[in-house]
Amino acid sequence: MTPKTEIELAEIIRMANAPLNIRGGGTRPIGHAVAGEVLSTSAMTGIQLYEPGALTLVVRTGTALADIETALDGEGQRLAFEPMDHRGLLGTSGTPTIGGVVAANVSGPRRIQVGAMRDFLLGVRFVDGTGQVINNGGRVMKNVTGYDLVKLMAGSYGTLGVLTEVSLKVLPKSQATGVLLFEGLSDADAVAALSGALSSPYEVTGAAHLQKGMDGTPVTMIRLEGFENSVAYRGGELTKLLADFGTPAFETDAAKTAEGWAYVRDVTPFHGRAGDVWRISVKPSDAPGIVANLPGCEALYDWGGGLIWVLAPPGAAVEGASLRAHLAASGGHATLIRGQGAHVFQPQPAPLAQLHDGLRSKFDPKGILNPGLMGQTE
Amino acid sequence: MQMPKPDPAILARKPELISRLQEVLPRDSVIHDPAQTRAYECDALTAYKCPPLCAVLPASTQEVSDVLKICHQMGVPVVPRGSGTSLAGGALPTEDSVILGIARLNDVLETDYDNRFIRVQSGRTNLSVTGAVEEEGFFYAPDPSSQLACAIAGNIAMNSGGAHCLKYGVTTNNLMGVTMVLMDGTIVEIGGAHLDAGGYDMLGLICGSEGQLGVVTEATLRILRKPEGARPVLIGFDSNEVAGTCVSDIIKAGVLPVAIEFMDRPCIRATEAFAKAGYPDCEALLIVEVEGSDAEIDEQLETIMAIARSHNPIELRESNSAEESAKIWLGRKSAFGAMGQINDYMCLDGTIPVSQLPHVLRRIGEMSKEFGLDVGNVFHAGDGNMHPLILFDANKPGDLELCEAFGAEILKLCVEVGGCLTGEHGVGIEKRDLMSHQYEPADLEIQMAVKDVFDPKWLLNPAKVFPLDVSRTRRAA
Repeated sequence: MTPKTEIELAEIIRMANAPLNIRGGGTRPIGHAVAGEVLSTSAMTGIQLYEPGALTLVVRTGTALADIETALDGEGQRLAFEPMDHRGLLGTSGTPTIGGVVAANVSGPRRIQVGAMRDFLLGVRFVDGTGQVINNGGRVMKNVTGYDLVKLMAGSYGTLGVLTEVSLKVLPKSQATGVLLFEGLSDADAVAALSGALSSPYEVTGAAHLQKGMDGTPVTMIRLEGFENSVAYRGGELTKLLADFGTPAFETDAAKTAEGWAYVRDVTPFHGRAGDVWRISVKPSDAPGIVANLPGCEALYDWGGGLIWVLAPPGAAVEGASLRAHLAASGGHATLIRGQGAHVFQPQPAPLAQLHDGLRSKFDPKGILNPGLMGQTE
Repeated sequence: MQMPKPDPAILARKPELISRLQEVLPRDSVIHDPAQTRAYECDALTAYKCPPLCAVLPASTQEVSDVLKICHQMGVPVVPRGSGTSLAGGALPTEDSVILGIARLNDVLETDYDNRFIRVQSGRTNLSVTGAVEEEGFFYAPDPSSQLACAIAGNIAMNSGGAHCLKYGVTTNNLMGVTMVLMDGTIVEIGGAHLDAGGYDMLGLICGSEGQLGVVTEATLRILRKPEGARPVLIGFDSNEVAGTCVSDIIKAGVLPVAIEFMDRPCIRATEAFAKAGYPDCEALLIVEVEGSDAEIDEQLETIMAIARSHNPIELRESNSAEESAKIWLGRKSAFGAMGQINDYMCLDGTIPVSQLPHVLRRIGEMSKEFGLDVGNVFHAGDGNMHPLILFDANKPGDLELCEAFGAEILKLCVEVGGCLTGEHGVGIEKRDLMSHQYEPADLEIQMAVKDVFDPKWLLNPAKVFPLDVSRTRRAA
């Protein structure tokens, strides 16, 4: 089913009494499989409002991400949270939609400085599991009027409602980009270097470490963005600050830096390779130790180490339960983005799981919106 | 403004309640003498006052849990209180409620500069969070005007902002984790030193829930390295329209100032008379501040001043020293005090789309004449968060009611042009009965359903946020 309007969508949900498989462009099949008729938002498209001087965009959720990026590009602006494209990693095809980006709270390398997708979401319209249209938030930057269901909807994977329209904060593109590149660092040194950069006043907008860079050797990447002189100045200061880690190259070519960060954002080194893919969120300084305990796996660190992408090739399976037990104790969580496992999302401790289930039962009392996708008890 | 009538059955059980609370708390942590409970009769919205049944000052998460368990069992409403600086009446008690103050929970639990976070007990004041890390060159970004006094717990409850959130975001963008106690005493941990906690975004839901979902006792907050420097520029215009366009052009140009503050003529005149900051007598005044190294600041300010010049300002003042910077900020920082010198005032907090600034200011001017009350505007222009200050005389019968009616009209106007009732102060009791202007019944119903999940008996701060008639059946259940 592919409703063209919010009213049609609401009617479908109101009448439904069997599970629905909610999707946008279908490029991010994350979570447990949902047996149910497909309900797609992809026909509800169009930019409703774009005010570059107010940095705001209101758009229907089926709108292709590429169309939004084109419109913003025309005004020298962008979605600053840098959403990843999952197609290469998950082997999917199709057209990513903004609704999918919101539903999965998809953020890229710049998250470390500007915030996650959810931090750029100003307002939502959605249809809940009874077919009721709900509005929350708005299109202004600061809004504390009532509960913030906007954040709740981001990353709820269509299990609390079907998004129909979202308001987003956008930001100007940077004039220039510069990337410091260190080669050959160990994971621990790399995370220490990234931490040094992020703890400086130089406004780092990307901090990643690849165990295998494009040429196969480890590379540590630190991104600076802004006006050209400022980027050059901060590049020089960081080079001095991080002298203990060697002398970095400083890449300022626009095409090369964009390619390098797309490589990190989309986890390109794992594309087309067999094995499970885990996404682990931790305290950055814990990251190298966690990776060291996953023998045979390959890691890509983003967010200064706070986000670890792990490829477990066949024969090097990650023991999900013990990894998660460790994370539950030390702080963090792991998501099985690709592969088969009992739990895609890290199970929540009992009191939190109860709140999850409670919210589910209020927003979707019939239990028809992507039931089981997030693995709640139902 | 109405509050629910106290429940006589609860009032009658006061002795039992006090004795049970004294079983789990030290004696000096349970305040029940009417002479002492009066200290908790209001917050910074002083127009409304009511002493609580009693006030408790627990000193640990466990004590908070013990208190809530007792109140839950006895069906007694609980009003959580940070430092009591709410301008929206968020901490206003009812006669049959227990004030749960977190003032004794003010320790720093952990600072971690490598991972850039601090973990504190929630009664710690906003400014003293920065105080705990500034020796190492770090700071906590959200900076509400009340930051000297306001508690992190209150910041989380109201999702507080400040002057610098154009660049750094508000509380919700800087909050990484909480320890929270639910009304039945259950302790939950959400998030922590890692980014983007798993599962639903409970942290996002709790932040800004006005103490209605749980009592936050500990918080993990993002800390940032201080910028190398900051410098403001002052720009005066003879029209609000032009000032509004200038703000929009600065934002479009790709400079991201850390703050863009706006004052209108009534406010400029009042602050000049009070603080003598040397502001030009003009229709609209902007203070734009940027950060970075000296050279970076120069470059950004050049761009900003070029834009300003293209709009023919009547004054364009660059700061050449720390003293000059301080002077530029002096008037803005004394604006509230200056207005208070003239008369009593009520501070509003609506947000509007930036493009609507000239229209909204013109309408406020017209309404000011209709109501016969003066109003000055001072606000965060970069994000459209307005703070109209309506002057009235609290001793003149009917003036408060007139002022409230005027304020309500301004907030309805904010909603009408695509904005909202409150940008950073919260709904509390102040905007509670206006919620139906912003939200349809279904929008409010699902928000109340969220409270049903966290607090099924509606005992936590129950008479706030939702219009009383809308929440009546739930509160009575």
